Amino acid sequence: MTNKDWPLWEIFIRSKQGLNHKHVGSLRAADAEMAVENARDVYTRRSEGISIWVIESNNIHASDSSDADMLFEPSNTKVYRHPTFYDVPDGISHM
Amino acid sequence: MKVLNTEELNRKFQEKIDNDIKIEPNDWMPDAYRQTLIRQISQHAHSEIVGMLPEGNWITRAPNLRRKAVLLAKVQDEAGHGLYLYSATETLGADREDTIDDLHSGKAKYSSIFNYPTLSWADMGAIGWLVDGAAIMNQVPLCRCSYGPYARAMVRVCKEESFHQRQGFEIMMKLANGTPEQKDMAQDALNRFWWPALMMFGPSDDDSPNSQQSMKWKIKRFSNDDLRQQFVDATVAQAALIGLTIPDLDLKFDKKSGHYIFGEINWNEFYEVVKGNGPCNKERLDARRKAKENGLWVREAAMAFSAKRAIKKSA
Repeated sequence: MTNKDWPLWEIFIRSKQGLNHKHVGSLRAADAEMAVENARDVYTRRSEGISIWVIESNNIHASDSSDADMLFEPSNTKVYRHPTFYDVPDGISHM
Repeated sequence: MKVLNTEELNRKFQEKIDNDIKIEPNDWMPDAYRQTLIRQISQHAHSEIVGMLPEGNWITRAPNLRRKAVLLAKVQDEAGHGLYLYSATETLGADREDTIDDLHSGKAKYSSIFNYPTLSWADMGAIGWLVDGAAIMNQVPLCRCSYGPYARAMVRVCKEESFHQRQGFEIMMKLANGTPEQKDMAQDALNRFWWPALMMFGPSDDDSPNSQQSMKWKIKRFSNDDLRQQFVDATVAQAALIGLTIPDLDLKFDKKSGHYIFGEINWNEFYEVVKGNGPCNKERLDARRKAKENGLWVREAAMAFSAKRAIKKSA
C-alpha cells in the first residue's frame, strides 16, 4: 500500500437538540466510522455538539462561485415577494 | 456567462477585499494570494504540531495530576489546531502529505521558538504565558483574515487557546510565590524565553518585505512591530505583578507615547535559528520524521481494516 492520505471528510455538528447540523470543518479518516470518532475528538471536546454527520468531501457538489451573480441575483424587480410590498391599513394587527 | 480577463478578475478580487468580503475556496484568487496563504497557513500548522514537542517533554514529569491533566489537554488542543490549519491549506489545493513532507525535508519553516529546549518545569509556565500569549496576539487579528477557512479556523483556535495562556501564567505565579529555588526557576525560564518570544512576531517591519502585500490583501491586519509592542506593553505589568524581572536593562516606560521602549533584539540569533541552527532544530525535525515513519503501519492498518469492514457490510 502506498503512503497516501486517508480520504477527506466534511464534518457537520448539531450543537443542540432542535438546531440543524452545521459545517465545522474537515478531517481525514480511513472510513466513516473513524471519521465520526475523530470528529468527536477534534470538534466536540468542549460540549460543542450532540450529533455528528460526516460526508466524504468528494460527495459534495457545489454551485459554481463564478455563477453566483446570476444564480443569486436578488430579483429586485419582484418586490411583491416581500411582505413590505403590501399596504396594511392602520388598526390591522396580527398580519 | 461573461468571461473576465485577469485584470478585471484582479480588480474585482481587490474590490471584495477592500469591502471586507471574505474569499472562499472556490472563488477566483490571484495565484500569489493562494501561494502566500498556503505558505503562511502551513507554517502555522507546522508550528502547532512541532509546538507539541517541547511541552510533550514534560507531560510524564508534571508535578501533580492536575498539572498533568492540564498539560495533556493543552497539547491535545495544539494537535487539533494543526489539523484545522492543514485542512485550511487543503481548501487552497495543497496536498496534505506534500505539506507535511515539506516540513520534514526542511523546506517549510515553523515558528523558531520551538527550537529552544524546555529545561525545567517552569518552562511550561513560560511557554503558556509568553509563547501562547504572543501567539494569541498574532492570532486574534487573523480571525478577521480575508480568507474564510483560515479566519474560521482561527476563531476556533482562539476560543480553545484562551485557557493556554492562563494555565501558563498560573504555573509562573505559583513558582514565583514559592520557595526561593522555585522563584529562581521561574525567573530563569523567563530569562530564556523572553527574547525568543519577542522574535515570534517576525522581523522588524523594515526587514519584512512581504508584509505590505499581506496587509493589502488583509491576510495581516497589524505589522510585526505593532504586535510586538502590544505584547511588551501587556506583559511587563504581568511580570511585575508576580515579582519577576523582564531580562532587558533597556526596558523603560515612555510617558509620551504610552508604550514601553525595549532593547535591541538579537536578529542574528533569530536568522540563525530560522536557518536551522537553533539548539533543537534537528531534534524537532527528527522527532516529526520518526513519528511519520513509525505511524505508517497504523495508517495502513486502518485502511486495511476499513476495506475489510466494507466487504463485511456488503456481504
